[in-house]
Amino acid sequence: MATIPIAPDSAGPALASRSLARRLVSGDQVAHLFTLIFAASVILITSLLFYELWINSALSRAKFGWAFFYTQNWDPIFEQFGARPFIYGTLVTSALALLIAVPFGLGAAIFLAELAPAKISDALTFVIELLAAVPSVIYGLLGIFLVVPFVREILGPALKKTFGFTPLFTGPVYGVSYLTAGLVLAIMVAPYIISVSREVLMAVPNDQREAALSLGSTRWEATWKVVVPYARTGILGSIFLALARALGETMAVTMVIGNVPKVDLSLLAPGYTIAAVIANEFSEAAGNLYFSALVELGLVLFLLTFILNGLARLLIYATTQRGAANP
Amino acid sequence: MEIPANAAATARVKIDMGIPAQNPEPQTPARIQIEGLNFFYGKMQALHNISLVIPANRITALIGPSGCGKSTLIRTINRMHETVRIARAEGTILLDNEDIFRLDVVRLRRRVGMVFQRPNPFPKSIFENVAFGLRVNGFKGSLSEAVERSLRRAALWDEVKDKLHKSAYELSGGQQQRLCIARALAVDPEVLLLDEPCSALDPVTTAKIEELLFNLKEYCTMVIVTHNMQQAARSSDFTAFMLDGRVVEYQPTARLFTNPSDPRTEAYLTGRFG
Repeated sequence: MATIPIAPDSAGPALASRSLARRLVSGDQVAHLFTLIFAASVILITSLLFYELWINSALSRAKFGWAFFYTQNWDPIFEQFGARPFIYGTLVTSALALLIAVPFGLGAAIFLAELAPAKISDALTFVIELLAAVPSVIYGLLGIFLVVPFVREILGPALKKTFGFTPLFTGPVYGVSYLTAGLVLAIMVAPYIISVSREVLMAVPNDQREAALSLGSTRWEATWKVVVPYARTGILGSIFLALARALGETMAVTMVIGNVPKVDLSLLAPGYTIAAVIANEFSEAAGNLYFSALVELGLVLFLLTFILNGLARLLIYATTQRGAANP
Repeated sequence: MEIPANAAATARVKIDMGIPAQNPEPQTPARIQIEGLNFFYGKMQALHNISLVIPANRITALIGPSGCGKSTLIRTINRMHETVRIARAEGTILLDNEDIFRLDVVRLRRRVGMVFQRPNPFPKSIFENVAFGLRVNGFKGSLSEAVERSLRRAALWDEVKDKLHKSAYELSGGQQQRLCIARALAVDPEVLLLDEPCSALDPVTTAKIEELLFNLKEYCTMVIVTHNMQQAARSSDFTAFMLDGRVVEYQPTARLFTNPSDPRTEAYLTGRFG
């Protein structure tokens, strides 16, 4: 059929069969296959997670429907379950943590990347990375021994005295509260912000700094108006990493938030978070509906992190579009 | 301590520096006088007793092989070397008879602009890039007029006037470099330092920039470091040939290229080294 002169194809099959064995041994195909499997497992695990949460929360979803999200009754005896106090507590403590940790962490990162001598910067960064690796139960202990008394004796009364006219700082001060949890979370997530932001700031090309300096800006202006904006995508990334950790943090929060399933506007009041309630009550969840409600809480937390991460992506996308820092 | 800057300057000129500071064009006023400049990176001496007079509203080129100290010299003129911790300069550099090491560094850099080897626009809009220097210097007046003037001087206005608020990264490499020149010009510097401004650009774009520099002589004095001898020959009025941290020869460009007085200059120009 083929009128085009081609090389005799007898070499074809022999070559193919030999190279199959050879290809397996030489590793390219094998490596491709295995790395593909590993990569695909990410999707598999995510789907499995969602599937399990979805199936096991069926009872609760059928009974409460959307009301689960906005009712605030959490009563295992009468089997009434509403997620509002937990969603509220999770969001408030995470927001507080970021509110404190972002300026603090970014400031520290700027010092380490732009101002400190290299030796000091490296030494401090080593300590910061150690802090990021400390187990959260240790932070919980720190919270109980230091932050709870600090809020009860000093910070709480002071805030009540100064800002008592707002609903945010009213009521009795027990020490355990949204604010305490927010403080402990801030201490926990700041190392992430510091170490990632520092890396990103140090990766900003030097000619950006020099361009700013050569136009007659001070060192601070060069840092704040050129270097930080250049690095903003990475800095935002570090903040969202911190947010993800704050949202899901269980142990340390449980130890200092008071574990009261109520929505209270006052930051000095005790509260509860999703992760904390699942950890505390899962082992004693008698009854299928109780169990199912806890699983649905897990589903809510899963979706919450999903949505916030999606928003983070959008934000990063939007800001890079405008400035196109990283073409 | 309260010696007027000029008096201090004249006092220093009298000190014997070895090589006399020579103005290659005595009838043109000097904008920058470098006298007995020694420069060290830690213990390593990068510049040896440099003396140069840079005439106003002319283009002075610094040529020489890699590592001869051209970039170090140019970066000392706006004290950019101070960003390097171990760098240290000794000697005198006078800008309009004022000792630059006694000036406030931020104000010095406003007067002495700089364009870098690779185009380095900020990740901002074209407009904001040019306006940056004006903003940090507390410019009072119409920003948009000032931005337009700078872009016109940098021969970029016609190409970007319809997309001032687009990102500077959308421009081509040559346009980005002209944007960087416009950004430097915005603060009306007396001196513009150009550190191999065309090394990342193609020949057509390079020719455009050279033409632009020629037209800028009206507004400022330029010092250009270049690896490219043709570029020095084409675009500069004076050329200094540097070797191992020393100025070997400093002449009007035409004379240096056609009739160099030092055998080392001739050897370099004819391509025997470097």
